[in-house]
Amino acid sequence: MNQIVSTVAIMSGITGFLAFLLTLAKRTVGDYGIVEITINDKKKLEVRGGDSLLSVLSSEKIFIPSACGGKGTCGYCKLKVVEGGGAILPMEEGFISDDEIGQGMRLACQVKVKEAIKIEIPEELFNVKEYKSVVRKIEDITPRIKHIVLDIVEGGEINFKPGQYVQLVAPPYAESDESVQRAYSIASCPDDKNFIELIIGYVEGGVCTTYVHKYLKEGDELTFNGPFGNFFYKDNDREMIMVAAGTGMAPILSILRAMRSSGIKRSCSFFFGAKTKDDLFFMDKMQNLEESLFNFEFVPALSRIDPNDNWEGERGRVTDPLMKHLDNVENKEAYLCGSPVMIDAIVELLVEKGMDEDLIYYDKF
Amino acid sequence: MTDLNPFVLFTASIFTSNMILANFLGMCSFIAVSKDIKTSLGLGQAVTFVLTFTTAINYLLYKYVLIPMNLEYLRYIVFIVSIAAFVQLVEMIVERHLPTLYHALGIFLPLITVNCAILGVSLFMVIRKYSFIQSLVFGFGSGVGWTMAIVALAGLKKRLNDSRVPKGLQGAGITLIITGLMALGFMGFSGMVQIS
Repeated sequence: MNQIVSTVAIMSGITGFLAFLLTLAKRTVGDYGIVEITINDKKKLEVRGGDSLLSVLSSEKIFIPSACGGKGTCGYCKLKVVEGGGAILPMEEGFISDDEIGQGMRLACQVKVKEAIKIEIPEELFNVKEYKSVVRKIEDITPRIKHIVLDIVEGGEINFKPGQYVQLVAPPYAESDESVQRAYSIASCPDDKNFIELIIGYVEGGVCTTYVHKYLKEGDELTFNGPFGNFFYKDNDREMIMVAAGTGMAPILSILRAMRSSGIKRSCSFFFGAKTKDDLFFMDKMQNLEESLFNFEFVPALSRIDPNDNWEGERGRVTDPLMKHLDNVENKEAYLCGSPVMIDAIVELLVEKGMDEDLIYYDKF
Repeated sequence: MTDLNPFVLFTASIFTSNMILANFLGMCSFIAVSKDIKTSLGLGQAVTFVLTFTTAINYLLYKYVLIPMNLEYLRYIVFIVSIAAFVQLVEMIVERHLPTLYHALGIFLPLITVNCAILGVSLFMVIRKYSFIQSLVFGFGSGVGWTMAIVALAGLKKRLNDSRVPKGLQGAGITLIITGLMALGFMGFSGMVQIS
């Protein structure tokens, strides 16, 4: 009996002492007090030090894009730290090029706020807000792609540039025990400020896409934040070449809708790649745009044609009709949206044709 | 108490009783963090630092708390708790006062809590009845040996990037084979000194 009491007492003594030491350390060594964050040299925030820059900013309602939730694996939360962030961490190096290191670029989720810190973020991020929405409509437009309309119920009107994206917050659900954020381009017209449309493809094993495809129903609540991204419509009078595949149609659709609603008179052609006839969607919307826009041509191309499909349009990869139609690149600019492989290939082709790389805008996903 | 010369013990803990190559302790981070020489060296330094200090702390705890109270059989739990607490304490202090060092090893420190080489050294110290100085030297030497092994593996893996590894052996498979070959090589040292 004595032995039991004494062992328990000794063990409690040892662990208790260690716990005491650690608590003491946390309150002295681990307490960084109140520190000041200066954003773009004008906005100042006073925050409690010790947390990551990403979480501190988001608790101050400044939303930096982040898909992995601060684990340092997506590289989206890149921003410029002018002063006070300490040295770059080894795990950031994979996401930040040597040039960017020189400019002070860091991953916000890896920078700990320990002292007065000065950062620079794109002005647009102040416009980023969190919105609560209700699913008005969710429907299959192809066997693997859903079209979703979200009515904003909280957060006010959304102001975005056509081509930008929002981040959906998928709550924990049966197949995932943590909340994740994933980026999806807005497909609706910027004039519609009370709802957004998204086009979401199913990705095998994808946490957010599984949620959207298998669990999300009409009437469900969904949180998103945005808008983000520097892929958007550029106002000038060059002819526009647009290329997308699959769900990459979303930002292009938004750009086309914005051009229609503001009555912009620019020539544009849109090359859209899909595998089979079943993978095509919104053909009616495109036809409608062809009729109502100033000079717009929609060119779908199928890479895998079934003999019964009775397809008379373009065949092959989307690059084939693109090269066929594009005799010169004079006074033209390009908007690309699709997988990194596809975009890299198209950029190479366009540059070969003589297009200035600065006139090729793209959104890789 | 053994009367091994500390210098002999130091050499032995690096070559003949290397934590990884002779005892196969601390394998998880050895395999996972050996992609790059610089980071392996960082982790190795952190392990050496923590090994040296936790061995000393655990020696004192064992000698002056557990033995007098006849509680030697509690050593596992006591050692584990003291290692975890020490690592956490070190992390906090280093983060605050030595930011450069923190950036060099920062993310590896928490990993060390569960590195079995650390607990292994504390237990060997007890089993082999080392004195305080011997324990300290053994801890430090084991850390140096661990560092040497992981840096050597990182160097080998770098070379491996240019060679064509059969598909089924890529990643952990080839790493384990290399580790086995390194261990075979180190067996050549075993005639020098024996400490266990």
